[in-house]
Formats: sequence, C-alpha cells, structure tokens
Amino acid sequence: MTAPKTLSQKVWDAHVVAREAGEPDLLFIDLHLVHEVTSPQAFDGLRLNGRTVRHPELTIATEDHNVPTENTHLEIADPISRKQVDTLRANCAEFGITIHPMNTPGQGIVHIIGPEQGLTLPGMTVVCGDSHTSTHGAFGALAFGIGTSEVEHVLATQTLPQPAAKTLAITVDGELPHGSTAKDVILAILGRIGTGGGIGHIAEYRGSAIRGLSMEGRMTVCNMSIEAGAKAGMIAPDQTTFDYLQGRQHAPSGAAWDEAVEYWKTLVTDDDATFDKEVSLDAAEIFPHVSWGTNPGQVAPITDSVPDPASFADPVERNAAERALEYMGLAAGTPLKEIAVDTVFIGSCTNGRIEDLRAVAEVAKGRKVSSGLRTLVVPGSWAVKAQAEAEGIDRVITEAGFDWRDPGCSMCLAMNPDKLAPGERSASTSNRNFEGRQGRGGRTHLVSPAVAAATAIAGHFAPPEDL
Amino acid sequence: MEAVRIVTGTAVPLDRSDVDTDQIIPSDWLKQVERTGFEKGLFSEWRDDRDFVLNQEQYAGATILLAGPNFGTGSSREHAVWAIQQYGFQAVVSPRFGDIFRNNSTKNGLVPVVVSPEVSEKLMRAVEADPTLEITIDVERRTLEVPALGVSVDFPLDDSVQHRFLEGLDDIGLTLQKTGAIETYESSRADWFPTTR
Ligand code: SF4
Repeated sequence: MTAPKTLSQKVWDAHVVAREAGEPDLLFIDLHLVHEVTSPQAFDGLRLNGRTVRHPELTIATEDHNVPTENTHLEIADPISRKQVDTLRANCAEFGITIHPMNTPGQGIVHIIGPEQGLTLPGMTVVCGDSHTSTHGAFGALAFGIGTSEVEHVLATQTLPQPAAKTLAITVDGELPHGSTAKDVILAILGRIGTGGGIGHIAEYRGSAIRGLSMEGRMTVCNMSIEAGAKAGMIAPDQTTFDYLQGRQHAPSGAAWDEAVEYWKTLVTDDDATFDKEVSLDAAEIFPHVSWGTNPGQVAPITDSVPDPASFADPVERNAAERALEYMGLAAGTPLKEIAVDTVFIGSCTNGRIEDLRAVAEVAKGRKVSSGLRTLVVPGSWAVKAQAEAEGIDRVITEAGFDWRDPGCSMCLAMNPDKLAPGERSASTSNRNFEGRQGRGGRTHLVSPAVAAATAIAGHFAPPEDL
Repeated sequence: MEAVRIVTGTAVPLDRSDVDTDQIIPSDWLKQVERTGFEKGLFSEWRDDRDFVLNQEQYAGATILLAGPNFGTGSSREHAVWAIQQYGFQAVVSPRFGDIFRNNSTKNGLVPVVVSPEVSEKLMRAVEADPTLEITIDVERRTLEVPALGVSVDFPLDDSVQHRFLEGLDDIGLTLQKTGAIETYESSRADWFPTTR
C-alpha cells in the first residue's frame, strides 16, 4: 500500500527526474509558456553559454504585456515596447519556438491561451516567467511562476530544481448568494488569509462551492493564489474539466483521450491524506467584494465601509491600512458604494474570458455607462474576442457605451498605453491593486466583472441589483 | 553567479510591510532587454519623495536592506532582485519573503535572511537610531550578528542553496550533469502530453 497523497503531491511525484537527499527535487516541466517581458535575458544567457532549447516543442510564446489594444494592425508605437516584442520574435525564430505574434488568431494573454488551446491539461507541470501561472492549476496541473534565471534553466534543460512546498487546503462549501462570483470567492479568501497566508504552500481549493464553478470561474480563483503568496493553486479535475477540454486543439483525442481521462480521474486528494494547513469558508457568507487598499488582502463586502485603521489589532496591519488609505485618498467610514470611479477596466488573465464578458453584457444590456467615465473592455485573447462577437456581446456593450478593445494585458499592469493618470480611480477586474500598478499614482479597486459593469453604469461602486 | 560568504555593512531600514515587486521596480522598467541598469529603477516611485529612506544621506553606502514582512510578494519579475543588487545591496532581511522573490535572490547571489518579527523590529529601531550600526551576515554559519546590539541569530538556508552561495555555482550547469536522468524520464512520458506544434 502506498501512503495517502494530496493532489499536488501526486502531480509532483509523477514529475521527479532526480531526487537526492539534501537537494531539491528535479522536476520535469511539461509546458513552458513564454512572453516578451521576462524572457530576453534568459535567451541571452543561453547564447552566452552556447546552449540550446532542449524542447522547443514543449514551449510556446505569445505577446501580451506590451501590446496596444487599439490599432493593433499597426506597429507598436512605443519604441522600447516594440524592441522587446521584436526581441521575442527573433529569439523564437532562432531557437525554433512557436510564437503567436500580435494580431494573429492564437495571440492573447499567456494564461488565457494555454487553456483555450488545450495545452494546459490535468496532471501536467506548467511554468512561465509570470506569477499568475497559478491560473493553470484550475485543471489540476501543478503550475507556478518562475523568475528569469529559471526560465533560462527550463529552456536549457526542460527541468527545474524545486524545494518541497507545504500543502494548504482551502475549502469553500455551500451555495454562493445570488450575484456572487468566483472573483468574490477568491477576494474573500484573500481577505481571510492575507497576502502572506499561502507563502511556502501549494493551495488546493475544495468543497461544493468550488466544484460548482465553471472552468472559467476556477481559473479566476486559481489565478489569484499568488496574491496570497501561494506557490500554486490547484483544483482536482472532474467532469467539468473534461467537458471543457474535449475537442480542443492540442488536447488528446481517440484512444489517447480515453487513456488520459482514466489517469486524470486518479488526480484527487486521497481521503486519508492530510494537509499542513486548512482553512474553510462558508459560501453563503461570500457577498460581492471590493478592495479598498493597496494589497489584495485589503478587501471588504461591497455593502461595508472603508475600515478604520485603528480597528486592526495587529500593528503591522494597522500601519499598512493607514498607508493604504492615504495612497487611495479614502476616509475611514466612507461607504464603499459612495466611492465614485473615473475608469472601469474589464479584462486581464483573472477576468478576461468569455464567461466574464457574458456577465458584463448581461448587466450592460439596455443601459448606459455613466457620463464622462472611461471604460475599457479587453478580451483576454483573439479567440475570446471572436466568440464574444459571434454571441453579439460586442454590440450590447458598445451600445451601452463601453469601449471594446483588442486582446492583451492592457491596464492590468500598464506597460502599454492603457494607464491611469495620477490620482485617477478605477474599478478593475484584474488581480493587483498595488500602488502604481495601473499607472503611476493610480488608485485601483479590485472587483468582479458584474460589479465592474454595474459600477460603470452607476458611476460609483454598485452591485448589479442596485441598478 | 559569484560566491558569497560574508556580507558585512550598514543597513537601510525600509519599515513597511507588503512591499511587492511592483514597488521594488515599477513596470516601466521591465521593457529593457538587458540585464543591467536597473539600479535607477529601484523603488523609483518612492524615491521621488525626498524623505524616502533611500534618499537619506546617513544610509548611503549600505549593503543590507532591512525590510518589513511579506517583502517581494507579487510579480515574478527577477528585475526586482537585479535592481536591489545593482543598487549595492548584498542581502535583504525580512520576517517573510514572497517565494518567487526569495528563489530569484538565491539564483543571483542576493542573500535572503529570514528573521523573527521581534528581531526585525529590534534591528529596524536600532538602525534608525544609529545608521552606522554594522551587521554581519555569515552564509557559511547561517547567522546574522550585530555585536553592538548583542544580537546573534540563526537564519534558515537550505543546504543546497548554501552550497551554491558558497561556491558560486550555476544551477544549469549542475542540472546538465543529470542529462542521463532527464533522458530516462523523457522516454517514460505518456503519449497524451501535448506539444505546441
Ligand atoms: S493580465 Fe495582468 S496579471 Fe495577467 S499576465 Fe498580464 S499583466 Fe500579468
């Protein structure tokens, strides 16, 4: 009899290339995603040492962080962004890596295209020089972000030495209240465990509320695992997963599909396996959330008010809250619903998928964006954009006054022209409300797509039922 | 990377929690395709404030960055480590680091020193009171010592990471010695794994 294992331990153990006492395990990497920002120095390193890419056919590149979301048929105007994108293209050509360049059908945000092309499958190891690689854990893959030195290591060897991580179970049972979404689930989790709560751990999301989420919703949850500092976030694959994957471009078919599904069904935490740490939440108490501070743990239900820093017992948290309110230009006690915004950003690898856009269209239908408000709706990929247009979502939201853009990371991190001006306030469906994240001096509030859409119409934070 | 055995010097007290890598090096700086020149981007938004601790003369020439808890969380950008190093720091001391940042540090020879919240607090106050206070971080003994304060504490560092610091070893070179094991593994992979072609 083998010892009981958690989901992450099963996937981990299946990828051990070499295990030696006192050394981190050397893991095989099944899929390596590459983008323009964190890869140039890695390719340089290969050249400097006369090394090649061991498995270009397990590597895929896309352009996402720097690309504009308007006039994408033209060259990138910013010469430094253009140089970075050109460098990626040249590196992929030199090392034989498939790339999806700007304005081609396969292009999109790196964490959107992997799953939608069937490249991310249960039981795989997936890495990328990007912390939101945790997104792919929604399929029961072990997926984590790495630095540029590690990107170089994977390119050269298709492996990574990894120190063992602890396991964390996050269980959400019950039924979500009407209007609450996957985004609210993860924001509520972050509010509970904080930005350090997952450090050193691989999280597994469990419970009936998680099982009830679509693949899109599961990706939203896993995406923000890193916001709690977790190395990865995983959800055991089930019929929802298999249904999403079957027939996708790179997913197996025929006998290979059956063989794979047989194996994937074994990727569940054994009944008697134990976790190093456990947290549980009652889904019925998770209402739509808004962040009020400058880290993703600083959140509250939309019906609450901006908290008083003095109410935090822990001096470190109190300090952080004081600093956050100053940066955000907010007074303690202000009802969140009374806070007006200048910009609404809908998109990113957290909420740039078709289901997110459907939620926006549902709220926007027959309504108008509050006057003077800037809105950006940025699909996560060209495939998402095409699907949305086939469903008529673009018409519904443009009639409501939303700005319909081309795919990319956009205002999630403001490396392209989509930025907040100093002091501007946004409702954003992205994942990080860090100081300056959406533009120097910009003030970001994280929300779900439905709340973002309702906020665009109301002009201040609002859940859809308030309209 | 170059070998690191001992880091001795003065410190800068960056007394705030949750300093994410977007603060350490804002995204504007990530457009470079080179590995150098990031020192100017270090905390660049905060450095516009004349009172920001890095702008205070008494801390010039420091080699150790004292940070609050949850330092280096957020984005995986290794540029954060490059910026800290290129500015002149050789070690960062914090009660808790983001995992990717910590990992990136060890690949570049920047020593991540984890201390208890109490020791962190004590060092923070002591360095604020006396910016000339000397701190010694010994990678071989895995200790942080401040003789003038009577502080001597151990910090955790995996054996393998310590070995790489002391010898200045390149991870890729070490892994390539295991090519045989990689080939064995590759020949056992199931057919259903996708390729990107
Ligand atoms: S959408 Fe945002 S979080 Fe996601 S990969 Fe792009 S920049 Fe990173």
